[in-house]
Amino acid sequence: MIKVEHICKTYKVSRRNAGFSEAFKAFFHRQYEYIHALDDISFTIDDGEMVGYIGPNGAGKSSTIKIMSGILTPDKGSCIIDGRIPWKDRKAHVSQIGVVFGQRSQLWWDVPVIDSFELLKDIYRIPDQQYKKNLDELASLLDLGQIMRTPARQLSLGQRMRCEIAASLLHSPRILFLDEPTIGLDAVSKIAVRDFILELNKKHGTTVILTTHDMQDIETLTRRIILIGRGRILLDGSLEDIKKQASGNKRLTVEYRGEDIALCDGMTVHSSSKNIITFDIDVNRLPVSDAVSFISNQVEIKDISVEGVSIDELVAQLYKKYRI
Amino acid sequence: MLISVKAGRFQKYITFFRMRFIGGLQYRAAALAGVVTQFAWGSLELLVYRALYEMSPEAFPMSIKELSAYIWLRQALLTLFMPWYYDNDIFASIRDGSIAYELSRPVNIYYMWFTRAMAGRLSRMILRCLPIVVVAVFVPEPYGLRLPKDVFCALCFLVTAFVGLVVVVAFSMLIYISAFYTVSTDGLRYLFSPVIEFMAGSLIPIPFMPEGVKRIVEILPFASMQDIPLRVYSGNMAGRELLIKAGLQLFWAVALIIIGRLWVHFAIKRVVVQGG
Repeated sequence: MIKVEHICKTYKVSRRNAGFSEAFKAFFHRQYEYIHALDDISFTIDDGEMVGYIGPNGAGKSSTIKIMSGILTPDKGSCIIDGRIPWKDRKAHVSQIGVVFGQRSQLWWDVPVIDSFELLKDIYRIPDQQYKKNLDELASLLDLGQIMRTPARQLSLGQRMRCEIAASLLHSPRILFLDEPTIGLDAVSKIAVRDFILELNKKHGTTVILTTHDMQDIETLTRRIILIGRGRILLDGSLEDIKKQASGNKRLTVEYRGEDIALCDGMTVHSSSKNIITFDIDVNRLPVSDAVSFISNQVEIKDISVEGVSIDELVAQLYKKYRI
Repeated sequence: MLISVKAGRFQKYITFFRMRFIGGLQYRAAALAGVVTQFAWGSLELLVYRALYEMSPEAFPMSIKELSAYIWLRQALLTLFMPWYYDNDIFASIRDGSIAYELSRPVNIYYMWFTRAMAGRLSRMILRCLPIVVVAVFVPEPYGLRLPKDVFCALCFLVTAFVGLVVVVAFSMLIYISAFYTVSTDGLRYLFSPVIEFMAGSLIPIPFMPEGVKRIVEILPFASMQDIPLRVYSGNMAGRELLIKAGLQLFWAVALIIIGRLWVHFAIKRVVVQGG
């Protein structure tokens, strides 16, 4: 159980304009600005939940993860995870959690991955039996067979990420923090990683907190989403809640023969090229079937497709709505 | 039972040590170049001191035999004691933020870095030490490296060398920790390295310093690094003086570790992990 209450964190950032004279000035007098990375953040996450933590770059996602994993001390507020304060009781706390920072590596660069795993076994003092069991399970689920015997520096990004995830799970943590685990991965690796996380949550009841910019991650993995922007929580709910918050648009792509199409109420042109036009339909004002018959009365339709607005756009709309 | 539990707690540091040590043994070309340089440097130093000795033997605080042993052994153990050697991985982890991973593990950062720094020095020394010692042993008297006077002397050397290594590493830990505050420690290192070098007796052995300077330098922690074990080996320090110096050395080892541990404790509280 994770309970975060009124967390605040401020960073001091030195700023100056470009140019030699500015640099000279800054030599004697630095100008600092205070950035409120986190501003009164509160939420509660139950055991076994999978939560997507989303927001634009610089919203405070990583700072929150770092606080929850005991790396960063907040200026104000409290955070209690399984009865411990992460930054006060760091060593006891971190032995119960696993962390993956998608942009960094925890594997020793120039030795085979299995050596890094052995080191982690000693660090977490994992009993032999448990280590063997976990390693076998992770190796088969993440398909690590040959990869484990290769030095980390010679792995592809996808292979390395699978090893990184395995590395943070060897000690059977109760909570897993994933900070952009699918960044830069190809489609196959992304799907492999997602399937694995789902399986992990289902089988071991591991609590998973995931930050990402990939909305497919969110869609497949999490039932609950926390949206953060400029250090504040803007929305805490399910994907459906977010869809309700955003406009209920559908997107209609029509390939047609004939003259230009006239518009009616509830219909806006998203993009158009020669004989292909895409509309955004506001379904509250204009049912999709009405829109289709309205168009077919004007032109000969060769092909037509209807889709919901992608979740990426939903989120972009939300960012816009909250001006973040 | 109690013993096995204790071993379990320290096992991770032993593993850190082992991995860094094995990693360090890979750099054979660097070691070969080092051996050649250090051998040339040692010979040059000996020639200079010989010239000085011939001018006024009575002004010499060491015998030429002692001095030869001191110089050769210092070259052989250079990478073990040199105050200006730092493990760049540690600085890099602070600069690029990969320390985030280290902090998210149940390890004591201070002891982890300590064992790594120690292993790095030892592995570099192992590769360089033997060739220099072997050659120096065959250099004719009184300019060669002779074996220690007796078993007791050898034992005292081993003990003081170990404590000396602890002092060097404990001091370098302070530089590592300062990276939490300054991000880049290059300036700090360039500024202090020559001073520390001098005070550790790397430029001129401490017995050769003028009386006033010597008295101050001798109580500073830098004198507890290489000067004591080298003088013990060469037979220049024994008896009461050795006892006092070894006590001082032990004091500095403990004091520097306590300072470093406390400092790391506070530094981590205010650490801002860089990037992402």
